Amino acid sequence: MPETALSVDRMTTVATGTDAPRHAALVRVTHWLTTLSFLALLVSGLEIVVSHPRFYWGETGNVLTPALFSFPIPSSRATVPTGYGYVLPDQNGWSRYLHFEAAWILVLTGALYVIWGAWSGHFRTNLLPEASDRSVQSFSRAVAQHFRFARPVAADASSYNLVQRVTYVLVIFVLFPFVIWTGLAMSPAFVSALPLTVTMLGGRQSARTLHFLASVSLVAFLLIHVVMVWFAGFGTRVMAMITGAPARTREAE
Amino acid sequence: MSPVSRRTMIRRGFAAAAGLSGLAVAERIADRYGLVPPDHGGIYGPGETLTYAAQRLLTRRSLAREFSRSQVSNPPFANETAPPSAQFTRLQADGFKEWRLAIDGLVAQPASLSLDDIKRFPVRRQITEIACEEGWSYIAEWIGTPLVDVLRAAGIMPQARYVVYRSIQPNWWESIDMADALHPQTLLAYAMNDGDLPVTFGGPLRLRVPRQLGYKSVKYITRLTATDKLESLGTGEYAWYAGI
Repeated sequence: MPETALSVDRMTTVATGTDAPRHAALVRVTHWLTTLSFLALLVSGLEIVVSHPRFYWGETGNVLTPALFSFPIPSSRATVPTGYGYVLPDQNGWSRYLHFEAAWILVLTGALYVIWGAWSGHFRTNLLPEASDRSVQSFSRAVAQHFRFARPVAADASSYNLVQRVTYVLVIFVLFPFVIWTGLAMSPAFVSALPLTVTMLGGRQSARTLHFLASVSLVAFLLIHVVMVWFAGFGTRVMAMITGAPARTREAE
Repeated sequence: MSPVSRRTMIRRGFAAAAGLSGLAVAERIADRYGLVPPDHGGIYGPGETLTYAAQRLLTRRSLAREFSRSQVSNPPFANETAPPSAQFTRLQADGFKEWRLAIDGLVAQPASLSLDDIKRFPVRRQITEIACEEGWSYIAEWIGTPLVDVLRAAGIMPQARYVVYRSIQPNWWESIDMADALHPQTLLAYAMNDGDLPVTFGGPLRLRVPRQLGYKSVKYITRLTATDKLESLGTGEYAWYAGI
């Protein structure tokens, strides 16, 4: 059966035996460090948005200029016209400290992961779509299969499928670098040394808006990721990411 | 315990010792080159130190972006400020003729300058963006005296590491390191967009630090103090370094 052949083939590329960890130790540690720092960035980022829940396009923007979009929520600043009769307490002190501390943990964790992933062959073996899968047809077939919520095949327990691979590559190599770039583009000191990093984005306010939209995309990924893990067997998959224990599919049991 | 694991232990011990002494050396070097911010302690200290050190290595001499006259925001946005103190209102009634800027601390000749004294220094005009930590921003032309000229005239001493600047408003002060204090774009601004600096924007005298967020550009400046250590940081709960 081709399915079995494929499974065996995938097993051998990922791990040499059934006792080998589902995820390498470095993947497990960096996964949870990224999770923690991302959640800290999300909470503190949303808190900072509350002090000015309006977004603009271009170089400048303030309450005297038209917003590209805004959120109908109360604000922690009296200068923002919200329509609410009250002002929320200012929480930007700890939020800003936490945002940048978590950003450093995320960046350092990401750097370690990328260096290790390139050096160990993790990207080549586990993340880049396999040569036979690099076509629009196989991608659309895989997406269709995904939306039928087909039971995971045995191979999925030891390796990533095509949709996962493409999504993870986009998140790791496009979305995360972009959210870091747009964040740095809001730093008046950083852009004094590298002005192109903000002018390329269309200005400071464009950078802020793109930073927000990139964060929204990352939250969307996080939600879908958790739902997919839920369908694949939450306990087993989460344990595999903690202990590294090889995941067993229902077929295998 | 097998000899292999003992050897491993010894090797790890050496690695740990090397790592720790490496950290100690790194700390000494970082302190020597001014890469450790005053709020380096506490749970957020590591993040603040990494940000400050990385940006100081990258930006020691870089210039804040300047814009063309057509990009000046019209109208600019005046952020809210606390009601003016009685002292401010009294000086304002007199057209700020009695406004004084005191310069003290680690300077050879402490001084007290009037606005006219400040205006006798060479003028610098620059069109820069002021960005608030909340997220909004505007561009304006700022006209004033580079802080470096005033500090040099007062004979700033080489052991000075920070300049503390105080507002006439109670409990409002900030401080910057010498990289920003001696930076050519750090201005004692007394005019804006070809008029006197309006009170709502910090007139008669505001310190503009264009490479940091707006809260470091304190309004209504009356005192500069050069110092080699900071006893407190200013804007209480906000990060000391705001180049982000």
